[in-house]
Amino acid sequence: MSLRNFLDKIKPDFEEGGKLHAFRSVYEGFESFLYVPNTTSKCGVNIHDGIDSKRIMIMVVIALCPALLFGMYNVGYQHFLLAGLDKSFWPMFWFGFLAVLPRIIVSYVVGLGIEFTVAQWKHEEIQEGFLVTGFIVPLIVPATCPLWILAIAVAFAVIFAKEIFGGTGMNFLNVALITRAFIFFAYPSVISGDQVWVVDHAICGLGTDAIDGCTAATVLGVASTQAAAPVFDMNMIWGLIPGSVGETSIIAIALGALLLLYTGIASWKTMLSVFVGGALVALLYNKCGPDNAMAAMPWWQHLVVGGFAFGAVFMATDPVTSARTETGKYIYGFLIGAMAITIRVMNPGYPEGMMLAILLMNCFAPLIDYCVVQRNVKKRANRVING
Amino acid sequence: MANNKEVFKTPVWLNNPVVVQILGICSALAVTAKLKPAIVMGLSVTIITALSNVVISLLRKTIPNRIRIIVQLVVVAALVTIVSEILKAFAYDVSVQLSVYIGLIITNCILMGRLEAFAMQNKPWASLLDGIGNGLGYAMILIIVAFVRELFGSGALLGFQIIPQSWYTTNGGWYLNNGLMIMPPMALILVGCIIWVHRSHNKDLQEN
Repeated sequence: MSLRNFLDKIKPDFEEGGKLHAFRSVYEGFESFLYVPNTTSKCGVNIHDGIDSKRIMIMVVIALCPALLFGMYNVGYQHFLLAGLDKSFWPMFWFGFLAVLPRIIVSYVVGLGIEFTVAQWKHEEIQEGFLVTGFIVPLIVPATCPLWILAIAVAFAVIFAKEIFGGTGMNFLNVALITRAFIFFAYPSVISGDQVWVVDHAICGLGTDAIDGCTAATVLGVASTQAAAPVFDMNMIWGLIPGSVGETSIIAIALGALLLLYTGIASWKTMLSVFVGGALVALLYNKCGPDNAMAAMPWWQHLVVGGFAFGAVFMATDPVTSARTETGKYIYGFLIGAMAITIRVMNPGYPEGMMLAILLMNCFAPLIDYCVVQRNVKKRANRVING
Repeated sequence: MANNKEVFKTPVWLNNPVVVQILGICSALAVTAKLKPAIVMGLSVTIITALSNVVISLLRKTIPNRIRIIVQLVVVAALVTIVSEILKAFAYDVSVQLSVYIGLIITNCILMGRLEAFAMQNKPWASLLDGIGNGLGYAMILIIVAFVRELFGSGALLGFQIIPQSWYTTNGGWYLNNGLMIMPPMALILVGCIIWVHRSHNKDLQEN
């Protein structure tokens, strides 16, 4: 309990009139991160659930860990594969770890820096929301994304997608996806191209600089530019393919999905209907789609390549930006899956449709909820009038 | 004369047509990807607003009320055509960049707004000052937005390279231009930021 005693000892410095009063919200943030606050609300009747937002956030971070760890390994694996070197497990993992770690640090430092500043400025408590966002951001960008671009993108997303709408819980667009969308539109060359997905230089003595002339496009990148889609192989399930850090392995994502579903944090309705929507629409394009490689790609392959699975499990189910009514979740999820495949097939300029599909449906989620609620209101009114 | 001074000063900042009245947004998004067209556009609108204000103010007692919008449109259309022809003759490249937007000044809400709200009730000198003030207020916002967009979107100002070529990744550096700055959505976000700064300076404009 010495940490508790230490926190209690320095507490007066942060209170009104204390010498460190300017850092009050930082202190509060760390205190409530380390210990459950013992204060109770002072008016009205409140029921506190054991699962508060802090616990939800930690659960999601734990669920993301398999994807992150596998992603690190895969970054190293792709590097050594391209370099033609044969290495054992640990050098590959350390290489990937060193490649991904700076991105996690930048994402957290920039995002939390802005959150702390805004909380201090508006005299509010620090919210936990960025804990998950900051963890997802490094997973959905390529491991080669320059750090300064990542910093600008995170700053843009936190300020313009979150803080101006009132902070955590008030954003109607997924902040992590806005970060990716910003990079996608502002610096397209770092996120859509043949060679950006694999780290091509040595890091801290690991790996090699001698990579040139090889292409390592993502499956979707190949399908959007060439006549035939790559043939399915088990690596698309295991995840040993080029892509954004966390999105490649279906197994690692499935582990996270199981945890989220078991703890009830993510809605199975949203998750299931995204896959159903994607599968049905992909099947439709298989049967009578336009004549391109994307449309010809088998429907199950659509679901396992690119960011589809990652988006369905971790992004579409975001409780803040998704539909909140139970019927609405089915509609919302189905349309995300359908839009994602449609964008992939119909627009060769955007081979990865998942990001845009989720952002689009984020905008429509309140409308879906409104319609579902109004329909229910009308149904009940009819029951009163007719019954 | 103090009154005239106010008439000139207010629209430039306190009652700015773009950031307070939210008029003329379309052209503010369309022509601000580069600084030069933005300056030319701002000047054109200033000249046309000022002159049409004076003409309408002189005619204000003779214009029949029922056809006043038509009369105003004829005056503005004539001035727009003159400015468009002058630009084609003396600054052809800019007029090509601005393309339809010079012609579309006629639909700029600032113009019709000033004619209806000010020139129809006031004397020519005050109308002239009001027109110039509103035009400059519009031009100022355009120039601020275009400055940021051209600097970060193209790395240049007025066509001169500001960010050193050696910084770019194509030349072995680390820098890339921000492609989003070239697109209209970023202009909307920048106008939003200016409104944010403006409102936080003018507390009485803040809505509860």
